[in-house]
Amino acid sequence: MATAEFNRRDVLVGAGAALALGGFAGLARAQAPITVGFIYVGPKDDFGYNQAHAEAVAEIKKLPGIKAVEEENVPETTAVQKAMQGMISQDGATLLFPTSFGYFDPHMLAVAGKNPNVRFAHCGGMWTEGKHPKNTGSFFGYIDECQYLNGVVAGHMSKSRKLGFIAAKPIPQVLRNINAFTMGARSVDPSITTTVIFTGDWSMPVKEAEATNSLADQGVDVFTMHVDGPKVIVETAAKRGKFVCGYHASQARLAPAAYLTGAEWNWITAYKTIIDAARSGKPHPNFVRGGLKEGFVKPSPYGAMVSAPAKKAADDVKAAMLKGSFDIFKGPLKDNAGKTIIEAGKVFKQTDPALEGMNYLVEGVVGKTGA
Amino acid sequence: MTPTPGGASRHPLKGAPPTARQSRFHGGRWVGNPRSAESLESVALPLLAMGGALLLFGAFVWVGGKSPVDAWTLLFKGAFGDWFSWQNSLQRAAPLMLTALCVAIPARAGLVVIGGEGALVLGGLAGATLPYVVTPPANAFGSALLLAAAGVAGAGWIALVGLLRQRRGVNETISSLLLAYIAIALFKHLVEGPLRDPASLNKPSTRPIADGLLIGGIGGSDIHWGLAFGIAACIASGLWLFQTPSGFATRVVGGNARAALLVGLPGTRLIVVACALGGACAGLAGGIEVLAVHTSANAALIAGLGYSGILVSFVARHNPWAAMPVAVLFGGFGAAGSLLQRRMDLPDASVLVLQGFAFLLILASEALRGRLFVAQAKPGAAPSVAPVAAQAVS
Repeated sequence: MATAEFNRRDVLVGAGAALALGGFAGLARAQAPITVGFIYVGPKDDFGYNQAHAEAVAEIKKLPGIKAVEEENVPETTAVQKAMQGMISQDGATLLFPTSFGYFDPHMLAVAGKNPNVRFAHCGGMWTEGKHPKNTGSFFGYIDECQYLNGVVAGHMSKSRKLGFIAAKPIPQVLRNINAFTMGARSVDPSITTTVIFTGDWSMPVKEAEATNSLADQGVDVFTMHVDGPKVIVETAAKRGKFVCGYHASQARLAPAAYLTGAEWNWITAYKTIIDAARSGKPHPNFVRGGLKEGFVKPSPYGAMVSAPAKKAADDVKAAMLKGSFDIFKGPLKDNAGKTIIEAGKVFKQTDPALEGMNYLVEGVVGKTGA
Repeated sequence: MTPTPGGASRHPLKGAPPTARQSRFHGGRWVGNPRSAESLESVALPLLAMGGALLLFGAFVWVGGKSPVDAWTLLFKGAFGDWFSWQNSLQRAAPLMLTALCVAIPARAGLVVIGGEGALVLGGLAGATLPYVVTPPANAFGSALLLAAAGVAGAGWIALVGLLRQRRGVNETISSLLLAYIAIALFKHLVEGPLRDPASLNKPSTRPIADGLLIGGIGGSDIHWGLAFGIAACIASGLWLFQTPSGFATRVVGGNARAALLVGLPGTRLIVVACALGGACAGLAGGIEVLAVHTSANAALIAGLGYSGILVSFVARHNPWAAMPVAVLFGGFGAAGSLLQRRMDLPDASVLVLQGFAFLLILASEALRGRLFVAQAKPGAAPSVAPVAAQAVS
């Protein structure tokens, strides 16, 4: 961990910078020094969502002219408003990255209204033109692409043709991952099913372990997940002798013999785009999105046990995604109750806002959205 | 463990003097005792304990290879160093005052209730969803209606705890905790199911509350009016407990339920009322969080404020007046922890270490009570024989 020793001169410089930048953020010269604040909802070393951010921040800290201040375990209450305001008033931050979904409305919007000269880049939220202020914005990645690749590998490696998905809540982002994973697996063998269990919240280690064990008992032999910290699921699956595809960050270190591959965030791309704009005085990028092609997400390196055909199939899809010639959500597509959701011939591009309101589970998923 | 209708004799075999039982809740003695040495002691003990905790924390930081002096400076600066820090600490303190009362008031009636979190989330839910049923006027009166709904929901939930204990002999500590889990599950089910605003996609919430009903800041500051509610509730509960006949009767029930029964006090009623009042405070805290911070009910409301209130109340020795400064101290810890992380790269848990030291020492310092100023205290006035009636003087 880098030692950012506190000394009074830094504080004075920071305070000076705050005064200077507070009034003239728009006039700052190209690549001016900047203080950037990062806020995480959980611990920085959770092997998951927060670690994915913290790893990118560690890279950002190595760049010259950037001072990063961080705060972890900040709940989505008035505490995060105070953390943001503290970074602005006490540390002189002029760009903030509140990274948890629930920080956006009302917390970030409230602080942004009071600090029109500070830029806010929120992870995940839907910034909407005309509705939200110009000094705020959101960035996110199409990680369902990597979940599709997870599915392809899982489909090849499963013997029981039963896959397990342990998820927090039946909300659009999560459903999109479950569907992509399932479609990836069924592109290998249409008889494969994915059984999904919703734990009800983002960090429920006990329920996650119970869900993993219960699915393993039902014959599931490859797991993946969408929870904040996949550590427990990865370790439990490995203990049960099952394979696992990771999520958020790489969990390979926890279970090298069970970890096939994983869907990882690569936040450094988004961070750099937004920080560069702030340092050179360009307008704040309000709506930043990208997938594999844009370098926003990346698959974990394959584990040693992944078979050659599995690697080849996943690499082929990945190459098509990188070319931009692969669409995950296209007709004909049925939900798991047999209803047609996408007509034949209709194709949804990743950027289509319709996908952000997803409320169905596709054919092949065992589970219900209204759980 | 066979409670009588009056809730008496939870330790029928011990035959201990009232204060032995009292010491479970109050640390042995009464705050506000007229004798000056003891008043001095009441202030000096927690201060000494805080000092000790800061020293220990300094050592902890030093072992970790950081400067303790920097840590102390930042602690002070982050919590109370300037106007921003004060606002930060006070805003964090506001809900804790109310959730502390959910522990303190029932404790005065002899119950250890630790399920304020349940009353808080249900209060928040009731406040947020009253507009589903009736359309309140978009003004202060409408806000008051929503807050009243929040208070009633919380009151009902904790009153249930009191009733279960008095009528069915269910231990209130266990039942209140388990009921909190039920409340949270119910909350999530309703917010993510039947009461969900269809427009809230990735953050399931109830429908947003109309702007006119929201609670703003006090006089242009960041501190919302919840702080005023917290202070008012603490002062009023203290006045009720220490200055009114019914408050006195409640304390008699808490001090010795058998004696209370003997003198004809309605034990069950007093206990259920104390529970309801405590629950109303926690429910109000939930309602204020919704109206002043979240603008709708969603899972972010489940942030452990109800559980933090337990610590605040125990450290304040279940004295509603003492709960105010303790809550501010607690808010200060949160605010200081934020700055410590940003300036010294200390993990979030470090401020919990300080908090742990502080509370452990404050509770342990109770062992010194009555001995700190031993020269001034008359040997015959040892507290162990203080009868219940002596409390009436305070």
